Amino acid sequence: MSAYIASLVSVVGINMILALSLNIITGFCGQVSLGHAAFYGIGAYAAAYLAKLGVGLPLTLLAGAVMAGAIGLVVGLTSLRVRHDFLAVTTMGIGFVFLGFVRKQKWLGGELGISGIPGPGLDPVTYALLIAAFAVAVIAFSLWVKQSWMGFTFDAVADDEEAARTVGVNVSIYKLTAFGIGTALAGLAGGLYVYFARIILPDTFDFVQSIAILTMVVIGGTGSVWGVAAATIGLTLLPELSRAAADYRLLIFGAMLMLVMRFSPAGLAGMIRRRSPA
Amino acid sequence: MSALARIDDLHISFGGVAAADGVNFAVERGEFLALIGPNGAGKTTALRLVAGLLRPDRGRVFLEDRDVTGLPAHARVRLGLGFTHQIVRPFYGFTTIENVMLAAGHHQTENPWRAITGRSRTAARDKAHAILQRIGLAAQAAQSPRALPLGQRKRLEVARAIALDPKLLLLDEPLAGLSSAEAAAMADLIRGLPGQGITVVLVEHNLGEVLRVADRLIVLDAGKVLAEGAPDDVMARRDVRQAYTGVV
Repeated sequence: MSAYIASLVSVVGINMILALSLNIITGFCGQVSLGHAAFYGIGAYAAAYLAKLGVGLPLTLLAGAVMAGAIGLVVGLTSLRVRHDFLAVTTMGIGFVFLGFVRKQKWLGGELGISGIPGPGLDPVTYALLIAAFAVAVIAFSLWVKQSWMGFTFDAVADDEEAARTVGVNVSIYKLTAFGIGTALAGLAGGLYVYFARIILPDTFDFVQSIAILTMVVIGGTGSVWGVAAATIGLTLLPELSRAAADYRLLIFGAMLMLVMRFSPAGLAGMIRRRSPA
Repeated sequence: MSALARIDDLHISFGGVAAADGVNFAVERGEFLALIGPNGAGKTTALRLVAGLLRPDRGRVFLEDRDVTGLPAHARVRLGLGFTHQIVRPFYGFTTIENVMLAAGHHQTENPWRAITGRSRTAARDKAHAILQRIGLAAQAAQSPRALPLGQRKRLEVARAIALDPKLLLLDEPLAGLSSAEAAAMADLIRGLPGQGITVVLVEHNLGEVLRVADRLIVLDAGKVLAEGAPDDVMARRDVRQAYTGVV
């Protein structure tokens, strides 16, 4: 595997973990989140800070996931109070709060972020395979959740919270679980990114990044594991395959979002379901 | 033996208007109790207070002598309380049988850990299928609730509640919007529930069916209990007829 292919595998793997993590919150449990990049950033900053202190890869990844998940649980508490568009605005605000915070923290590098991050102790190809292994594990975990009673219950919460309560579902606990798992996985993606990029900048985790993650979920089909995985691969590689696509990435992503919303709100997964014989 | 449920001095106001103004009553095990009264009497409010879908300003709700006033709706369900909505609320993203399966598998959804470690739906599917057969919806098992007419959606709501194995089932106007034939069939269906170990509290406007199926009536008027007792005795009371029908 060439270094270039290894870097593509790494980026696709990180994006896949990110998109599938948002898919658990938004696709499975129906909770809108427009600030997911903040949890990616929390994981990245936590891992980068600890890595520079000399903490090893496993612990930094774990710390990034735990910190993002813990803050995600706190943010998830807001989902118990607000819903739909109000939740979207609230989570968007979380993203801005995160950026506003890290940009002003000298100990986190301020506007310049954190550089000089030590390597993972693995060559690029092995590290790319490690990221790919994590991505495959997240796919497997997502499929497990979807097929389990948790996935069934998430579907009910996403469908009608009050009806879910009347069949004995503790809606609050399930929403918090979705936020906790989803944001912890985003934190894991952040930790993996740190050792891949070896430098982190606040703007990597901005609102555009949150929308890019959401685009992968929506185009793949919210709630569909394979749809989101396929969309992530396509949307991550598209700018690599075409210079024009790279230059007009935002324009293309935005247009795709609008077209999917208009013609196939269930995304790629919905299109395939419609075309498949019953 | 003590009452299955006891409602003590429940008060709740909306915008200064008392929807429950000191409501007291008890529900005995195995009975079929109907709450009746004119529009705005506070029947649905009383039911939602018992179900935990509303929090009272004052007063207590007891289930098997346990004070459940502070418990949310889902926790009361876990203690054996079932509820059906006046306006049906199926999970539209599920098929008919999946709606019942989620309730039938309520032990699996008790907490996220149990939910994520459990995958088999066979037992829940078998139980849901048996309930759908009993309730006359087996042929619609694979259909979306969107495809069901109102009468069948009402049956689905009852099926889902039964699947929770409730000790006490609160039914909020299950006959509303049904034709007289459908209403009679639904009334027959729910009349059989006490025989299956399910105590029923029914809120219903269809007085003819109520009088046919209920063991006991409680009449609410302006958020207060006006009368209670055997249907014939209650309906013979002048104040009840006046409050309920507006005719002396």
